[in-house]
Amino acid sequence: MSNTYRDSCGAGLENEEEFVDILEERRRSSDLGHALRTFSPYPYKGAESCSNADLNKAVLESQYLRYMAKEIAAETGSSVEEVREEACGILEEMSQNLQLKCIRLMGFTLSKVLKRLYSGIFVNMEGLNMLQQSIQEHPVILMPNHRSYMDFLIISYIMFTYDIPMPFIAAGIPLARMKLVGEVLRRSGAFFIRRAIGSDKLYWAVLSEYVRTIVKTGIAPLEFYVEGLRSRTLKSVMPKLGIMHMVMEPFFKGEVYDITLIPISISYDRVLEESLLAHELLGIPKPKESTTALLKASKVLQEDYGSMHVNFGRPMSVRHLCEGKINRCQYNLVPRDLPQKPSAEVQACVSWLANLMVRVQEEGSVMGPWALMACLLLQAPTIVLTEEGLPWQELTDKTLWLRKLALDFGARLNWPSGQGQAPDTDVMSSTVALHGSVVNRKAGRVFLVQEEEPARNRPISPEEEMISTAAAVLMLASYRNMSLHIFVRPALLATALHITKTTQKDELFAFFCFLRDVFSNEFIFIPGNSSQDFEEACFLLKKCGAVHVSEQEVTVSDAGLEVLSFLQALLQPFIDSYQVIFRYLCENEVHVYAEKQFLTAVRNLATELILSGELHTYEALSSDTHKNVLSALQRLDTVTKSRASEQNEYTVNKAAVRRIDDILSGKIPPQMLHTTPEAKL
Amino acid sequence: MASNSSGGSDRQRVAQQRLRIITGHLQGREDGDSTIIAAECKAGSQTDVSREEGKTVPRRRQEIMKWNGWGYNDTKFLFNKKGQAEFTGKRYRLSGMIIPALKEWFEGTFGASMQHKSPAAPVLNSGAVQPPTLNEAFLEELKSTGIPFSHDAEDRVFRAHGHCLHEIFALREGKVGRVPDMVVWPNCHDDVVKIVELACKHDVCLIPYGGGTSVSSGLECPTEETRCIVSVDTSQMNRILWIDEKNLTAHVEAGIVGQDLERLLNESGYCTGHEPDSMEFSSLGGWVATRASGMKKNIYGNIEDLVVHVKMVTPQGVIEKSCRGPRMSTGPDIHHFIMGSEGTLGVVTEVTMKIRPMPEYQKYGSVVFPNFEQGVACLREVAKQRCAPASIRLMDNEQFKFGHALKPQVSSMFTSFLDGLKTFYITKFKGFDPDRLCVATLLFEGGREKVLQHEKQVYDIAAKFG
Repeated sequence: MSNTYRDSCGAGLENEEEFVDILEERRRSSDLGHALRTFSPYPYKGAESCSNADLNKAVLESQYLRYMAKEIAAETGSSVEEVREEACGILEEMSQNLQLKCIRLMGFTLSKVLKRLYSGIFVNMEGLNMLQQSIQEHPVILMPNHRSYMDFLIISYIMFTYDIPMPFIAAGIPLARMKLVGEVLRRSGAFFIRRAIGSDKLYWAVLSEYVRTIVKTGIAPLEFYVEGLRSRTLKSVMPKLGIMHMVMEPFFKGEVYDITLIPISISYDRVLEESLLAHELLGIPKPKESTTALLKASKVLQEDYGSMHVNFGRPMSVRHLCEGKINRCQYNLVPRDLPQKPSAEVQACVSWLANLMVRVQEEGSVMGPWALMACLLLQAPTIVLTEEGLPWQELTDKTLWLRKLALDFGARLNWPSGQGQAPDTDVMSSTVALHGSVVNRKAGRVFLVQEEEPARNRPISPEEEMISTAAAVLMLASYRNMSLHIFVRPALLATALHITKTTQKDELFAFFCFLRDVFSNEFIFIPGNSSQDFEEACFLLKKCGAVHVSEQEVTVSDAGLEVLSFLQALLQPFIDSYQVIFRYLCENEVHVYAEKQFLTAVRNLATELILSGELHTYEALSSDTHKNVLSALQRLDTVTKSRASEQNEYTVNKAAVRRIDDILSGKIPPQMLHTTPEAKL
Repeated sequence: MASNSSGGSDRQRVAQQRLRIITGHLQGREDGDSTIIAAECKAGSQTDVSREEGKTVPRRRQEIMKWNGWGYNDTKFLFNKKGQAEFTGKRYRLSGMIIPALKEWFEGTFGASMQHKSPAAPVLNSGAVQPPTLNEAFLEELKSTGIPFSHDAEDRVFRAHGHCLHEIFALREGKVGRVPDMVVWPNCHDDVVKIVELACKHDVCLIPYGGGTSVSSGLECPTEETRCIVSVDTSQMNRILWIDEKNLTAHVEAGIVGQDLERLLNESGYCTGHEPDSMEFSSLGGWVATRASGMKKNIYGNIEDLVVHVKMVTPQGVIEKSCRGPRMSTGPDIHHFIMGSEGTLGVVTEVTMKIRPMPEYQKYGSVVFPNFEQGVACLREVAKQRCAPASIRLMDNEQFKFGHALKPQVSSMFTSFLDGLKTFYITKFKGFDPDRLCVATLLFEGGREKVLQHEKQVYDIAAKFG
């Protein structure tokens, strides 16, 4: 089923060495010259030339919006004119106003900033060339992952440098509210989307018509983050389907022959806002996006952030991907311009595609040595890291071992090439030096960096100390997350082997599916691909010699213990965190929780458990994990969400939660799993 | 033929249908050339639509419509105490008016006598209706679907017939034959799918029922049928689902009756242009199932030209085309066995049909000919030159006289003077024999310029013949 995309990304791996540092050129020649270069892109050949004002007019006067305005007017009892006026206001707030002058200005500033921040920005030229080609043929959708604010303009910057039409970029509305910056972004092609718009029919209508019109007319490539938001944990986020659906509709309705999706993986050696993210996860609110905050943050410019990789994936044809997945006949019978509820088939297809895109982004991302080292550092007890430190030699040896494993599993590694032992250690020490904000190396040992309290007049309480350790651990965890997609499938199998203690393939598969199901908010799995995922896990473990796989059985080899225990330890923090929450939900008397209450209560419980030494993972403090658990339980129909007076409330089916917890801790043998509906999924 | 008719006979049905059209022509002002009488008329003013609150057809149709005749309960012809013919009700332009010439025409043409009366059976005698043969299993499952149904005698008898002469005559005499055992009122396409599925499962007969104006005996229940017969009344499926202003099509549920469809479309500035004489009561699904033709088909086409897409529920499943194109150059057209199938193949549930912007200008006119032959010759010439207006109809002398007989009493001296002058001009000046002359009625539609030009072309032809 998924062969189509396998072909396309398998091919990508071979071109690994094609990355070119675009900053090198900038360091040699004038930035001003770059900013004023003649920009002569080859646009989409079917594009109608159309100014931004024309675009807005086309949206407002579309039959779809007229129809919706009439319908909404009838529902709300206001006049059609009022509704249309409101729509006009929404569009004004939303729409981009791309101007080349502004791009040049941005280009100039970005050149300066990027050179200061990064030692190199590596772009794969092959991908860029393919993009240039496909942009002329069909409407193109650029789909980068979203790890940092830096993502935002880097694509436009590259497009400008290489004469590719400037994209329109979907951005969150808070950016628009920043003084000056909002306007600059708007003129650089950003359009702004409000959050939580599901219930606002008119807003939805205007946005979808706007997006569709861009795709349909092909006036510019559209760039949007399928993950919907910046990943706080540097891990891929379950894709959001709203915009994805709007983008696909012109194809479904036959308004365009094809749409080309370009997965783009942006990876950083070090993320600009690393500590902000960690604090946010601990419940300290993120600073509001404002211009003053941005200026204050300019001190981050003084640090070194290593290099950045932008990997343009192979263009993917929607037409090709959807073949056999969807019957577009259903769109024939209703006029294109009228709203139509997507059928279950369409929804499944869009969700599949969105997940697929995130997977391809993951596969295209380039991992540095730091991601591997983070995995290993996290597996050492936290107390060791803070108090006595991890021996440097042990860490480097393990890292080299892990590098081999990762390459076996097909990872793209950014490991500056060198022969022999010495350059490798150099690479690792420079990596550690780069991440001085998280770890430091003293006397042959590696320590976790604890935040310096500005004024240490009073002895710090254990809670405060814990928070500062937790922040460092979560930063480390984030970097580990960058490598998780490589290991997660074998790791699920390793965990299944560990918990079930069985060698029967079908039992392992059932448990594998169960784990996959529980954690599918945590890691990206393509819906319906569970057996492929299982096969892949078996194949990879067999490849590295950890298991023997036969028709019926999966048995652990003697040499495989090291690999398996590493993989299983990799997932352990997630399992522990989930179990803390499951137990909290089961043991409490109440059945209904308000969202805010729940989050604080779980955090307090985790803090307590960590301090008492019962829980070893600080990751249980991450609000991201808490939210994922809630979503997972909702997906598994054990928790139902309801809205009561501005707050989300959750009703818990304790028996069902307890059952999941029991399976997870191995209390229910895997033979029993066949009867559970989850396992079948 | 009964003299004191309450609007039951077939002939009167036809008369009433013609009324609206004829009055449009005959009441017109005199024009420069007095053989040609033209009248301007705003679209849609033929029937008074203000009485409509929402939709026309209730589930219990007998509450507003005659159970044994055409049309509404409150609208009928009768002879008042003075012995003058009168048209009752308030619905039409003619309503409440005295029609002085009708009695004379009646007696003259048919030799009818006011003394001879044969009143219709006033109310339905429930005893005459055979008790329903119910299929219990079907009934049980139908109940669980929540689709409304009834086996009330009045409901059943109402749906046992169309408007053929013999059908209405039998009802006037209180004779009721085999009637449906049950009536169901599906609310949407999916309801019909459920009903048909259940009917197949439990071996129940279905007879689709739209407006009930069929004159092809399509609604008659076979007398030898012993299984349960269920009449599927589509009257509650009467919504316009969407209007596509780009392609000028509308997607409509098949139960909508003509007047509602036209009125709702008019609100958005559109019309179908399909005006069969029965359009007050006949339904869209019925038009499709009986291959209906409309008065203005010269411009808009017959139902087969108007229909773009049909959804029909058959015992084998739902049949529909997978596109909205008006025609395809491949294969036989499935619409052509759906249209005219009289409900024998399935229930038409949703139809996409062409719509047009409402005509900017409408003009009525008529041409008088000395005899029928001349009239035919003129119409042939019009056909030959392919310049037929929206509607052109030639009435023979009998119909012309009947039309005259239906003229209401005029109050003003001036109007009656003009009428006299007109008659004088035609009979004395032109020398037409009143017992031979006949008239063609015309309706022009379109842009003002075009209509005037078209009108001139037709009248130029007519001048050679009349």
